[in-house]
Amino acid sequence: MSTCQVNKTYEEINAKIAAGEAVVVTAEEIIDIADKEGIVEAARKVDVVTTGTFAPMCSSGAFINIGQSRPVIRTTKTWFNNVPAYSAIAAVDCYLGATAVCEDDPLNKYHPGEFNYGGGHVIQDLVAGKQVHLKAESYGTDCYPNLAIEKTVTLKDLPNAILCSPRNAYQNYNCAINRSDKTKYTYMGTLKSHVSNANYSTSGCLSPLFNDPYLKTIGLGTRIFLGGAQGYVTWTGTQHKKDVDRGLNGVPLSPAGTLSVIGDLKQMSPEWLVGQSIRGYGASLAVGLGIPIPILNEEILKYTSVSDEEIFTQIVDYGHDYPQGISKSYGRVSYAELKSGTITIKGEKIPTVPLSSMVKARTIARILKTEIQKSRFYIGVPQHLFC
Amino acid sequence: MIYGTGFGFDLTKEMEVSALYSKIVILDFPSQSAQRPIVCQLVKQYDLMFNILKARISSKKEGHMVLEISSAGRAAFNKGITYLKEQGVRVSTPEHKIYKDEEKCTHCGACTAVCPTDALYIKRPEMEVIFDLNKCSLCERCLLTCPVRAMGLFSDDLKETA
Ligand code: SF4
Ligand code: SF4
Repeated sequence: MSTCQVNKTYEEINAKIAAGEAVVVTAEEIIDIADKEGIVEAARKVDVVTTGTFAPMCSSGAFINIGQSRPVIRTTKTWFNNVPAYSAIAAVDCYLGATAVCEDDPLNKYHPGEFNYGGGHVIQDLVAGKQVHLKAESYGTDCYPNLAIEKTVTLKDLPNAILCSPRNAYQNYNCAINRSDKTKYTYMGTLKSHVSNANYSTSGCLSPLFNDPYLKTIGLGTRIFLGGAQGYVTWTGTQHKKDVDRGLNGVPLSPAGTLSVIGDLKQMSPEWLVGQSIRGYGASLAVGLGIPIPILNEEILKYTSVSDEEIFTQIVDYGHDYPQGISKSYGRVSYAELKSGTITIKGEKIPTVPLSSMVKARTIARILKTEIQKSRFYIGVPQHLFC
Repeated sequence: MIYGTGFGFDLTKEMEVSALYSKIVILDFPSQSAQRPIVCQLVKQYDLMFNILKARISSKKEGHMVLEISSAGRAAFNKGITYLKEQGVRVSTPEHKIYKDEEKCTHCGACTAVCPTDALYIKRPEMEVIFDLNKCSLCERCLLTCPVRAMGLFSDDLKETA
């Protein structure tokens, strides 16, 4: 950026981190700093801004290699604690998705279903070091004759386990209401009839992709906090959209960017990968994710100084419109309004309900900050940018 | 002060304003007394006021009720309770009924969508989800709404049942 007054390279920032001299602040703290010092001065001082989010992220899961048995097997079906994993990969690999539910779950037969145990819970149990009952089947081949195996394992016993999620860290999400006359049980939580509550699910000014809205520093190879360990961005996520309506600050006004991410499940922790039972909807996994934004110049700093007042989302009806695939907005609200506890829709005051944990998001941003300050976490230089 | 669905009370505020002695109690009626208008007598004979937070009669005609009882003082309240017990009603206090497992709670906020009494509320600006036992009406809605099952229920013998 030749037009910028401050210009730092990834290498310079990492050298400062190595020397323990990097100035690191969270995405909440930077707001005041930028306000007081101005963006150029703030960009000169601050090297890294840390972000965080913790919420159910349904498109999550893990590739797991269960290890061979004797005689050997090429599994075609695999279950962890009776939760099925996708097994059409070879030979003892499978993919355990967060939303898979126990075989004997009554689902929504008695609506709203409870979904007490699913893939997300298995992943949490594994990282918690708990014993998991593993079962697999095959049709048998000359080279892989074994037809069925069963064993009890812990994460340690499994040769490989890689958290690998095709869509995490959604940049913005709808604020959900229910205009129908019945309570709706959705992935956006319980929505009472006649617009009695408005649910939303991002950490606002702390949310990673709100702080780098065009993904100018986030690309393939960006090192992130993932599930309590260091992970990486591998690509944009599924449903990633960049050509969307944006505010003057570049922040999308509706769901937009997403990331696919990867990391070693064996290093992760049950505090940051938490199984979810979403009433009437299904099982899921709440994921703790944080991204450090390197302050390469004042332009990037300006993005990171975005506050809840300047981030907006649309209000969508999950009572009728969303299930019918109708895209219609019932207004625009800022995250400052959403976080205040009430929003006004057509003159009516409606209580708001978060689904994303600010407490945990803040903790992630703080952990990242400390890790970078203590030279234990370096900025990953993106090998490819998506913008 | 009535919230949302209309049967919740903000107990602390209520107590401040009127200086009433008020308490939430759970009443379990055996089948024979479930038929008789026992609870009305609290108003008529004992000068107590009550707000029904929950009421249920089972197929065996046993009754279960959660009341918020208010009175001018503790003595009047105790007289009313003694009367209920004499009528064969099992009276217990809800203090140990619903709990929040702070280790499990992620402070997501999902439960605040369904809690009718604001017993589960968000402390701002921290955005921490707080459970105020004194406001809990034992409606149990939070139990299955909480995605991590941090809200639990104790039965009378203090064993966890949910
Ligand atoms: S049982 Fe749960 S939802 Fe019902 S009043 Fe108590 S805390 Fe609120
Ligand atoms: S829904 Fe459960 S985890 Fe979320 S804030 Fe309420 S008690 Fe805590």
